[in-house]
Amino acid sequence: MSNEMSSSAYPEVTFHHAPSDTDSTIKKIIRTTVILSVITMIELALGFGIYFIHQTPDYSHALVLFIKGVIVILSLAKAFYIVSVFMHLGDEIRNLIMTIIVPLMLFIWFIAAFLYEGNSWLVLRNTRGGSVSPEQQHIQKPTDAKKPGVE
Amino acid sequence: MATAAHAEPKWWGGGRSPFNVEYGKLMMWYFLMSDTFTFGAFLISYGTIRFSQNYWPDPNHVFNAFPFAGHMNLPLAFVSLMTFILIISSVTMVLAVHAGHHMDRKGVIKWMAWTIVGGFAFLACQAWEWTHLITGDHAVLIDGKIAELSTTVSKNPWGPAAGIMHDGHEVMTPGPVAFGGYFFGITGFHGFHVFSGVIINIIMLVMTINGVFDRKGHYQMIEKAGLYWHFVDLVWVFVFLCFYLI
Repeated sequence: MSNEMSSSAYPEVTFHHAPSDTDSTIKKIIRTTVILSVITMIELALGFGIYFIHQTPDYSHALVLFIKGVIVILSLAKAFYIVSVFMHLGDEIRNLIMTIIVPLMLFIWFIAAFLYEGNSWLVLRNTRGGSVSPEQQHIQKPTDAKKPGVE
Repeated sequence: MATAAHAEPKWWGGGRSPFNVEYGKLMMWYFLMSDTFTFGAFLISYGTIRFSQNYWPDPNHVFNAFPFAGHMNLPLAFVSLMTFILIISSVTMVLAVHAGHHMDRKGVIKWMAWTIVGGFAFLACQAWEWTHLITGDHAVLIDGKIAELSTTVSKNPWGPAAGIMHDGHEVMTPGPVAFGGYFFGITGFHGFHVFSGVIINIIMLVMTINGVFDRKGHYQMIEKAGLYWHFVDLVWVFVFLCFYLI
């Protein structure tokens, strides 16, 4: 059968995933496509939301930050679906999944450390290396800078 | 030589893969993991610089053009189109891999061809967007004078608004120079991946048409090319997030 044929093609592969019947695989692909499209549309809607919030004077910066956080989480969900369904990582054996996923944990430190660094740089920039307070510098804080299109 | 007389040590003579995958596919996964770190480093570097700036351009304002729409203000519209093109081409790639599992040569040819079309469509969109940014001049106030700036790796017209001109137009000041460098650098590196992915897909299509995989008895190569193509889509999710959405 096709299983034995491919086994002889790669002797290192011990067992093959149960031969998937076409209907259920196609159904899974369509379902994932719909999920990815819907998430993208929600992200776009939130992006437009930020655009319109920026139009209003004295908008809430916390709200914009919250919406951006939601968009980041939705993107991570998209990444999960692409990797586990389209790239079939979810069908591989656990040890293989772990050798891919565990090294990526470095990103947690990587992102936190470097964004903290960037922010510290901003503080130094606005205080002349900590020698004056930002108020004395008359620096526009990022949130005060006038976004274009805002009256 | 004395050692030549002895039998070569047998390091690993094949056998069963502890990960139950074919060697080339495993190495493709590790290559993609290292590429993830390359893209991650670029995007995190972008984030670091962005966090260090008092002002950063609003993507809804920079990316608001659409081909043949003139000066209409259409934030996010064009990049949505690019995103959907890439998602759809990823879907056609899965269908090609699926056809390959069933040794369906006609199916592989059909879906690989559509994937290549999607890849070229994406590259064409990116070419248009870059051209629009690099050639589009915007009035900017520099040292009390109005200058015309386009978006390049050394110029950025998307700074904070300085006020309203007598004719009612809003005048901007130059924005952080890093914006163009990061935008063109990262979308360019991603575009290069799309381009090489299209080339790989074309080679796979030609090999399929020539019956190479039928003779081999399996379509594993399509699966490996598919992994690379999905990775390109995966990276776009984060480029889209970092440059256009937030």
